Amino acid sequence: MSPVTKTTFQLPIGPIHPALKEPVAFQFEIDGERIVDVSVALGHVHRAIEWAGTKRNPIQVLYLAERICGICSYCHPMAFSLAVERIADIEVPEHAQYLRVIHGELERICSHILWAGVAAHEIGFDSVLFLTWEIREKVLDLTEYLCGNRITKGITMIGGVRRDITPEMYPKIHETLQYLKDRFEKLRHVFLDDKTFIMRSKGCGILTKEEALKLAAVGPTARASGVKKDVRLDQSYFAYGDLDFDYVTPDVLTGEVNGDVYDRIIVRLLEIKQSISLIEQCLEHMPSGAIVSEPKIAKLLAKLKTVNGEGIGRMEAPRGEVFHYVKMNANEHIYSWKVRAPTYSNIMPWIPMLKGQQIADIPIVAASTDPCMSCTNRVTVIENKNSFALDKEELHQQSIQKSRRLNA
Amino acid sequence: MRFSMLPQVLGRMFKKPVTNKFPAKYTPSSTTKFMENVSNGTAKMNPPIVTPDHFRGKICYDKEKCIGCKLCIKVCPTEAIEFKEDEKKIRIFLARCCFCSQCNDICPVSCLSMSNEFLLADTDKYSKDLIVE
Repeated sequence: MSPVTKTTFQLPIGPIHPALKEPVAFQFEIDGERIVDVSVALGHVHRAIEWAGTKRNPIQVLYLAERICGICSYCHPMAFSLAVERIADIEVPEHAQYLRVIHGELERICSHILWAGVAAHEIGFDSVLFLTWEIREKVLDLTEYLCGNRITKGITMIGGVRRDITPEMYPKIHETLQYLKDRFEKLRHVFLDDKTFIMRSKGCGILTKEEALKLAAVGPTARASGVKKDVRLDQSYFAYGDLDFDYVTPDVLTGEVNGDVYDRIIVRLLEIKQSISLIEQCLEHMPSGAIVSEPKIAKLLAKLKTVNGEGIGRMEAPRGEVFHYVKMNANEHIYSWKVRAPTYSNIMPWIPMLKGQQIADIPIVAASTDPCMSCTNRVTVIENKNSFALDKEELHQQSIQKSRRLNA
Repeated sequence: MRFSMLPQVLGRMFKKPVTNKFPAKYTPSSTTKFMENVSNGTAKMNPPIVTPDHFRGKICYDKEKCIGCKLCIKVCPTEAIEFKEDEKKIRIFLARCCFCSQCNDICPVSCLSMSNEFLLADTDKYSKDLIVE
């Protein structure tokens, strides 16, 4: 009898798969139930947003940027506007800086609660999904009250924000924050003490601190591995410099950092609490003043038409650092625009997280970084109607050519 | 601990559903027909949840006030606004509109405003209800 050779199997999942919310293709190499190797392929939802941006003026791009991602519908236009403000040397009034923090933190609360529900759904705990979405509904109601719509806020304006928060609105905000605080304890209890959650998330999808640093993970994914990285503290944009808060790492609560899915749940839950406190601090210390540096939009457009230069906008989105690069060349339309969404940095950490796990853990481990494929898909290459991949050298050459073109 | 959600789930059994049953308690076999019946008074609609003030809904256009400056066309992100050369007024295609209200902000004579109306679904994108002029 010939000896049995041990072989591994290939398991493709995606790009379209019931377990995936958005298109991404995985190629797993499995040995029985264990994952030996993973390869990730992106590029299925490319929408040419950056190209479309170069056909529009900066004010129109704000609304285009809002549609890069439905959940981060505030941080994308805001990062773009930070970049344009840097180019045009626009000073944002202090009152507007505080308003920007409030809207940013409201978005973070929405996003993290939504994520918590999705994570519960991924492990089959659907009653928690409905609990989280009931809480999120209250936050969306507040968003609608402050901005005029639930998801696409349309609150960003270059040089400030579009709507003021007046003292008459404070009671409604405080009421919602109080509701959140009351419900937070329930949420914490369900997520951190429940046996099902502990069984499925402890020791699952581990990302060590070294790997997180090496693979440049960002946002809650990096912080759950003990990396103290948060643009709000590292760079201090908006009014964050005046506010009292600190990096959220899991050792704040448990005293140890494991970098597993459980730690990522802890970080996000604590960040909800932190965001509530940040909004309260903002309301308490709110300075008076204008909400936008140039209220006449036609005048602002005329000014933006004359500016020349390039700028970057960095800010901490709910999922991590979002980065926008903009170049303008004294033209009505922007010349170049590049977006780097946080999920782009959090894709590579999937590989060490998934290695050695079981097939059934794929959804929760993948969901634990809060991936957003639509944000990430920025590049696709099509020639003669066939899409093809580029090798490293060719990409490098194209990159050099692009730098030359932009500097020309 | 086990069954941490159990009190919540059991408690829910005796409460009213959170969901607002809109437009009717039971899904009608044809929504279009149901809405027709609502408009001629033979059926009753379960009202939607009230929208807050300053909600960004269907655009209202005051044609008399408009001076035809074309500024709204310049800022519209979706190019939903068309200029009527002969009468120097605008026409807005709501099927393209993204309800950002940027045209309201830039209008020098405030002839545009946002209403609370949001029931704009239609089978024809050029229907009379979806063109404001």
